Amino acid sequence: MNKRARQGAWNAVGIALFVVMVFPVFWMISTAFKSNEQIISLTPTWFPLHPTLTHFRDAMNKPFFWEDVKNSLIVVVATVAISIVLAFLAAVALARYRFSARKLFIVLVIGIQMLPQAGLIIPLYVVLAKYHQVNQLRGLIITYMTFVLPFCVWTLRGFLLGIPKDLEEAAMVDGSTRLGVFVKILLPLMGPGLVATSVFAFITTWNEYIFARVLMNDQSKQTVTVWLSYFVGSNRHTDWGALMAASTLTAIPVVVFFLLVQRRIAFGLTQGAVRG
Amino acid sequence: MTETSSNAAAGTLVTPRRRRRSSARRLETLIPYGLVLPVVVVIGVILGYPLYWLFKLSTEKYGLFELIRHAGTSVGLDNYRSVLHDQVFWHTLLRTVVFTAVNVGLTIGIGMLVALLLVRLSTWVRILLTSGLVLVWSMPVVVAVQVWYWMTNYENGVVNYVLSHLGIGDFYEHDWYATTFSQLSMVTMLIVWGALPFVVITLYAGLAQVPRDLLEAAEVDGARPWRAFRDITLPILKPILLILTSLSIIWDFGVFTQPYLLIGQSKITPGNYLMSIYLFEEGYFKSDYGRGAAISVLMLLIVAALSVVYVRRMMRIGDEVA
Repeated sequence: MNKRARQGAWNAVGIALFVVMVFPVFWMISTAFKSNEQIISLTPTWFPLHPTLTHFRDAMNKPFFWEDVKNSLIVVVATVAISIVLAFLAAVALARYRFSARKLFIVLVIGIQMLPQAGLIIPLYVVLAKYHQVNQLRGLIITYMTFVLPFCVWTLRGFLLGIPKDLEEAAMVDGSTRLGVFVKILLPLMGPGLVATSVFAFITTWNEYIFARVLMNDQSKQTVTVWLSYFVGSNRHTDWGALMAASTLTAIPVVVFFLLVQRRIAFGLTQGAVRG
Repeated sequence: MTETSSNAAAGTLVTPRRRRRSSARRLETLIPYGLVLPVVVVIGVILGYPLYWLFKLSTEKYGLFELIRHAGTSVGLDNYRSVLHDQVFWHTLLRTVVFTAVNVGLTIGIGMLVALLLVRLSTWVRILLTSGLVLVWSMPVVVAVQVWYWMTNYENGVVNYVLSHLGIGDFYEHDWYATTFSQLSMVTMLIVWGALPFVVITLYAGLAQVPRDLLEAAEVDGARPWRAFRDITLPILKPILLILTSLSIIWDFGVFTQPYLLIGQSKITPGNYLMSIYLFEEGYFKSDYGRGAAISVLMLLIVAALSVVYVRRMMRIGDEVA
């Protein structure tokens, strides 16, 4: 086989793989725009040539959709905002100082990320019930911080290591205070890292399922992923079009954000854990 | 380093000053502790306290009645005894171990092959495929479950149509969720599909470290591709593979959302439990929190043992200070 033909063969395999991997995403979007006859038909319609928006309207009109979107936003924004501030401080300590409890702290940060979430639902549920925080967004926010905090610490530490220390030292020699260095040098340079880490924390929190499922029994207090998971169960004949429209709606913010920061965060992934 | 330079800037050696400086020095050493303190306190409260409760609950009879009363009755190690004497626990553990081995094997194996394929592709195909992978990577798990459920639906799922029309067999109204094996195979396909992008892109980045001239020299010397892979590529990729494998083991062992939602609560039985689902059903769903806590403790211990390799590796990476 000559070189050209071999290259063509590899490319063909690559394209076939692309089709297989992307097909579920394509099928979701395609179904969301099809008419019900096309969806139910035994012969699938590959492309919706006469797209309809009915399913999106149906999905948005389902009970609790807007409430649960709002809940997700509140929980995600609060969790990420608090976590990123606290984590940044700790990340500075890890990236810039040697101190005797360092090892212990690293074990804590790494170890927590390895805990299986299911293993924590029972004590979290019981403790939150004890303090009447079940079905409260507050309870969910503090629960999410358990895994968002360590993730942010570890990822921000990676970004901080990428900033040369000479800059800070030069400023110190020039008579800047520690706080001055922090505000004038470290913070602006860390901008992209802070954004990327926040966005990634946003995504993991938005996608979280099991804690929200366990800690929020009240349908008006749920997050959008739990709302989506209850979509099928209600009646025997699933409204596939609306389900796929709802899935598309749930995925859009995540996909957009992910595509924006994926490149920046990729190196952090090999260094630390991100729930996949 | 910064400490010395700031002291040098202060510059004098008068005694009272020195005393002040040494107390400033002590303050300096306290800075990192001050910086990590908020995180440590928050984690201590929101995780440490529940973990303490986890152990406490695991030695108590704690059901719905106790949940309302906010107090359990101590039963010693009865919960553990009950779990360890439960056939379902051992069957679930075995099933989860096999499930994890299959999922991790497939994820890493296929991931390695795809990463090697990426190197051989023309640039435009490579960009196309990596973009597709990133798109898949970005899909939320719950969304992915719904899409797979729709595709594998027995009435009008597209998978049955495609398989029938490719002449693979008659899959008209084939129910992919009829047997435990079939159910778990569907879950495996979903998990591997979702995990591949991360593994492939990480391994592909690792492949960039393999010196090209070394591979070319091997080819000139007539080494088979497999030998070149085993003797040149694999040793360089080993650390990355180690991290990816241990992460996958930890994630797949504790997986919950995919099997729970794809199989569907109504079809979950002790016959198809995985560890997390067993824990969820026995502890939370049946409101037997004490026994659930005992299962959680056992599960956490297993995962802790599985994490040793990964945590040690990360410790070495975390040692770096700029």
